[in-house]
Amino acid sequence: MRSRMMTLFIGLLILVLAGCGPQAEEADTPADADQADADTPALEIPTEAPPEIVEEPSEEETPEEAAEETTTDAPTEASEGGAETGAPAEEEATQGAAGERLQAIIDRGTLICGINGSLPGFGNLEADGSFSGFDVDFCRAVAAAIFDDPEAVEYRPLSAQERFAAVQSGEIDVLFRNTTWTLDRDTSNSLDFGPVTFYDGQGIMVRQDIGVADLEGLSGATICVLSGTTTELNLTDQFRALGIEFEPLTFEEIDPTYQAYDEGRCDAVTSDRSQLVSRRTALSEPDAHVILEAILSKEPLAPAVAQGDSQLRDVISWVVYATIQAEEFGIDSTNIDTFADSEDPTIARLLGQEGELGAALGLPNDFAVSVISNVGSYGEIYNRNLGPDTSFNLDRGLNGLWTDGGLLYSPPFR
Amino acid sequence: MSQEASIATSATQRPPFWRDVRVIAIFGQIIFILIVSLVAGFLYANVTSGLDRLGATAGYGFMDRTAGFEISLTPITYSPSDSYWRAFQVGVVNSINVIVVGILLASLVGIVVGISQLSSNWLVAKMAQTYVAIFRNMPLLVQLFFWYQAVFLSLPRVQEAVVFLGPTYLSIRGVSMAGPVPGDTFSIWLGFVGVGLVVSWGVSYWLKRFQDQTGRQSPRFLITCAIVLTSAVVGIAVLQPSPLVWSVPERTGFNFTGGIRLSPEYAALLIGLVAYTGAFIAENVRAGIQGVSKGQSEAARALGLSTGQSMRLVILPQALRIIIPPTTNQYLNLAKNSSLAFAIAYPDLFAVARTIFNQTGQTVQIIGLIMVSYLIISLVTSVLMNLYNRSVRLVER
Repeated sequence: MRSRMMTLFIGLLILVLAGCGPQAEEADTPADADQADADTPALEIPTEAPPEIVEEPSEEETPEEAAEETTTDAPTEASEGGAETGAPAEEEATQGAAGERLQAIIDRGTLICGINGSLPGFGNLEADGSFSGFDVDFCRAVAAAIFDDPEAVEYRPLSAQERFAAVQSGEIDVLFRNTTWTLDRDTSNSLDFGPVTFYDGQGIMVRQDIGVADLEGLSGATICVLSGTTTELNLTDQFRALGIEFEPLTFEEIDPTYQAYDEGRCDAVTSDRSQLVSRRTALSEPDAHVILEAILSKEPLAPAVAQGDSQLRDVISWVVYATIQAEEFGIDSTNIDTFADSEDPTIARLLGQEGELGAALGLPNDFAVSVISNVGSYGEIYNRNLGPDTSFNLDRGLNGLWTDGGLLYSPPFR
Repeated sequence: MSQEASIATSATQRPPFWRDVRVIAIFGQIIFILIVSLVAGFLYANVTSGLDRLGATAGYGFMDRTAGFEISLTPITYSPSDSYWRAFQVGVVNSINVIVVGILLASLVGIVVGISQLSSNWLVAKMAQTYVAIFRNMPLLVQLFFWYQAVFLSLPRVQEAVVFLGPTYLSIRGVSMAGPVPGDTFSIWLGFVGVGLVVSWGVSYWLKRFQDQTGRQSPRFLITCAIVLTSAVVGIAVLQPSPLVWSVPERTGFNFTGGIRLSPEYAALLIGLVAYTGAFIAENVRAGIQGVSKGQSEAARALGLSTGQSMRLVILPQALRIIIPPTTNQYLNLAKNSSLAFAIAYPDLFAVARTIFNQTGQTVQIIGLIMVSYLIISLVTSVLMNLYNRSVRLVER
């Protein structure tokens, strides 16, 4: 490689000399300008993208964003955020020490929750200025557990590249922003992930009228995909494994991708299934498109907190588990009163009538009651945001309880 | 005697060194070099420390790893199991393809529109001026989006493709037309054409000398064309199997296969670049022609030359001296602007390289590679244009 670069360099030198020859009055300026232009971006590249970036349902994967995702020191964003929200500086200093973060949240009186502001169904800004969605409901659940008040949340809509820096700097307490849990993010990004709230996977959307039911049917098709993502790699891997020819059309931005698909430039478009569902509602004829059964990759979406604060992580985890466990017991916001003095000791422990489970977490003993009565069980949260009554009508699938063939399984409350 | 000596000393006496122009000049240069090397050193240290902090490796070893992604347009053989180098080469070839074709077409558009702007026909002149006014004054990126999204993505779907003679299909998947595609013996056939070109150049040179010596004119252009054409036809007749195979597009499954295919991304990028750069070149051409004094064309007419002849033999050779230097700039602009391809999903060198650095995380090395690639393309372009410029320059004696 060294010799190749050397040859390249020598060749370049010769060209520069030739270009700057006595006859080169006109050539000089553009060549110089070229160099000057090209220099600047190289120096402004702050960091490098991780080798494997798992595509998020909503993120618009420009390389800049992808590169930013691994930023471990983003002082500007952190300080800007801090100044703008009044998050005190001492919080940043204290974050990381076990237990102190939860105390800081309680002292502050609100939970600062990082969400996605523009992914309908997960985190979306409503016309009245409020936020709604699946992830937003989990923020409310955590606030209900801590304060018995689901509205004690300060939402912070974050872009894909801001989110990790926001957690690390302590600008937000917890990140519920359709973030895929990967090893790289768990370790080199200094995050701690909670339990998976949504089992996502890369899917493929096609027009109904082309009559394709599986990946084999897409032989020779043109497929729209965001470039520089693992989505692109997963797609190639899957089709290579199946030995199917296809033609990718790679876009840098999310909107042109779906526009090209909508116009019919591509036969199919691939991304995370939740993103496909969300974006399908924005196509010109949403009903004319189907998402194939085939799943190309695993994308588990999980909440994240800064690494090192195990107590806060425990709180987040067990609030999520409480919603799952409640659904398993058949408890929801409408019937929780009937469980007020349950004979079943497992239910009694979940609802804080027996034992000191809440106190062990540093929460009120009946935190699960606050969560369920104010926000609801997992099933209620899911149905409210993504279920049959919404425009998404997303099948539970993997996100069903383990007793129903899904993957949701809460450790025992004991 | 002593007086003379004192005069001599005062004559050779130098001013103090801080006021000596030569010392100051050298001193200034030393400071300049120091500043430049300090800045370079700072940048180098910044890059290496940044790389260290991220634990990224220096060097280009990672480029030998398997790329693993598919590219939509591969003029050279490529599969996802090839290396990143190969993927990068595909991007470079795609870029050079659009740059070379773009420069040729933009020149053609520029010359035609530039001359039309000066036409005595009111309609032609106004149309040319309107074209220049519109395309020169809008950002190229906007125009690219216009061509791609408003024009090409609005074409009918494959199922409802518009059929022209040939058959040629026009659909949202681009243009698929029947035509000759290279067969097995194509490279040998190229040799035939090459020989034809060399022979025609020799004949043309000989005819020119003949004309210079005897003053008798001959249809040189037609003769050279005939020679090249004959060699091409002879090649097709002699070679078995045929070097050019007539291929007709067919709809198979999702797309058209066979025939000559022009993808909407390529077409949109090419049209965008040609329309934009062509408008600038047209202005150069107009300025060049107007820069030749009116007396020249009047004199040409007085000599009995036709309008075409006076343009070709008198006006253009002089106008070219004015036209070429700024047009070189436009060619360089076109080459650099071709990197906007990434916005409309054409896999040029910039788009492919961006994918590579996203997948590998080796941003600094890839950006360096992109810079060097565009630098080489631009410098080669300017060297060629400078050579051409030298050939049309006024010969000074």
